[in-house]
Amino acid sequence: MDWGSLSIIGMLASLIAASTPILLAALGEAVVERAGVLNLGVEGMMIIGAVAGFSAAVTTGSPWLGFLAGMGGGMALAVVFAVLTQGFLTNHVATGLALTLFGLGLSAMVGQSYVGQKPPRMPDINFGALSELPFLGRVLFSHDLIVYLGILLTILIWVFFRYVRAGLILRAVGENHDAAHGLGYRVILTRVAAILFGGAMAGLGGAYLSLARVPQWTEGMTAGSGWIALAIVVFASWRPERVLVGAYLFGGITILQLNLQAAGMTLSPAYLSMTPYLVTIIVLVLITRSRLSRSSQAPASLGRIFYAPR
Amino acid sequence: MTLLKTLSAAAFALGLATAGSAQEDPFKVGFVYVGPIGDFGWSYEHDQGRLAVEEALGDMVETSYVESVPEGADAERVITQMALSGHDLIFTTSFGYMDPTIAVAEKFPDVKFEHATGFKRAPNVSTYSARFYEGRTVIGHIAGHMTESNVIGYIASYPIPEVIRGINSAYLAAKAVNPDIEMKIVWVFTWFDPAKEADAAKALIEQGADIIMQHTDSPAAMTIAEEEGILAFGQASDMKQFGPNARLSSIIDDWAPYYIARTKAAIEGTWESTDTWDGILPGMVEIGEFSDKVPVDVQASATAIIEGIKAGTMHSFTGPINKQDGSAWLADGETADDGTLATMDFYVEGIEGDIPE
Repeated sequence: MDWGSLSIIGMLASLIAASTPILLAALGEAVVERAGVLNLGVEGMMIIGAVAGFSAAVTTGSPWLGFLAGMGGGMALAVVFAVLTQGFLTNHVATGLALTLFGLGLSAMVGQSYVGQKPPRMPDINFGALSELPFLGRVLFSHDLIVYLGILLTILIWVFFRYVRAGLILRAVGENHDAAHGLGYRVILTRVAAILFGGAMAGLGGAYLSLARVPQWTEGMTAGSGWIALAIVVFASWRPERVLVGAYLFGGITILQLNLQAAGMTLSPAYLSMTPYLVTIIVLVLITRSRLSRSSQAPASLGRIFYAPR
Repeated sequence: MTLLKTLSAAAFALGLATAGSAQEDPFKVGFVYVGPIGDFGWSYEHDQGRLAVEEALGDMVETSYVESVPEGADAERVITQMALSGHDLIFTTSFGYMDPTIAVAEKFPDVKFEHATGFKRAPNVSTYSARFYEGRTVIGHIAGHMTESNVIGYIASYPIPEVIRGINSAYLAAKAVNPDIEMKIVWVFTWFDPAKEADAAKALIEQGADIIMQHTDSPAAMTIAEEEGILAFGQASDMKQFGPNARLSSIIDDWAPYYIARTKAAIEGTWESTDTWDGILPGMVEIGEFSDKVPVDVQASATAIIEGIKAGTMHSFTGPINKQDGSAWLADGETADDGTLATMDFYVEGIEGDIPE
């Protein structure tokens, strides 16, 4: 093996960029699930975000408006989910799956006229001397704003879950909605807010995919990213800091195996591709087995329907 | 309607999307696609073929399709559903549909099946494919002339004979005009995943590739090539709109004449189980227009190759060629027979790396 030709720097840099869409979507879903809602529509919200972001960016010429539109698109789909699950008390799993199918179909229809167009580029951030640093310069200071936003949001959500009153209420709602309701917290309102946030994050992740990572619109271009985001949330045992690790791991394995191959190394890509999923299963088994750490368990009310008799 | 069509990919039972006008018992033709029809690559071209059938045969036929069908168990369900819902002729358009197609065909002896790029046939199952490797010879020739870094990046999908043949063919043609050529190959193990295809292209560029070839279905690599200011070739479809500066030429699949002929034969009752493998001469493989970046003399020599292949005086695999391990494969002047090509599972001499299992 010729390790010398492998560009570690380039690999780390592309790993961080490649992980951003799934990081954003998984962070959003982590918040949703911590509130006790299981939304399997991440893939659908991402692809709507991708097409909404792309069309807005191409039409207005501004990538930033594109990202806003992507968030709006994801959120719009999340509204449907919120109305159905919180208003009409439909089953979370079925509604989420329907949302994914709906999103994939709708995006294909909306996106038809945008195929083959070029989105406007995001301006590079000028880090000055920082980007000249050996190693760190390219790895850490060569990205666009959204990449840093993803990392910033990870920290903010961590703080939110731990130290912010609203975050604690959200967790209470997810753990035991009856008790939270009894204490006078507004379960439905909290959940709707979480669902909308999750939609916006998935939409942002989708828009990053179509505007930055593969700057083009292609039908079905999320190709399962939403499902990976869902797996990451479980892998991370619903904690934002672990979501970051999970996203880099999942994104990193793909980048690693592609780069290893390009550098002429013979490793079976099939095995590397399945590693993240194997790790997720192992983590799941460990979570279920460990009675000690309650904090690693799924939110107790996850996926359960809340109905408050008036 | 498009919405329904896409929905049907995962929940095909919701109704196979039907197009075309209803008439008294028209002949029903079904198509199964591995990617979305909007991939602007492989599945897109098959769907263009489907539309051509509708255009040519009008009210005599009714066509329908299911897109984004995963290879494997899902495919068998979709094909079964198509057969159950009264389709008379079903085209399954990806290599991985081979066993499902054969399995379903056994249960429905009265339905005719056509499987693309496979090698298993039955009395009611034909196979068809295009000699894409002839096109690879042409673009390999151009790439050999055009590369400055002498590194060609190749995004490969699955290690099946068709893909390996393409790699070998492109490599031999590039090597013939540029002995210093090196081909770096990345296997992505998917036909359609734009993000992964883009990442593969970036990894190859990182390793010095200044020309990208692909055997995957989306134009993602072309987009990346355009961004990074390197060169690429359209795959399955022209892809010019994705890389106006990057695109040198393209290999375009034209399934329309075949689909029309087979559907006609089935309607008229002359359909038989056959194995079709057409190339540049019958037009199943087309070479897209050369871009202005290709120098005139290279355009001329590439055209000469196309004409040679058409005339039968030129073959992509003409000896002397050794296998990767150095053992002799073709003697001087000998050309490869179709049997060996159809089951090709080795690299030719000079390509580095192993074919994954």
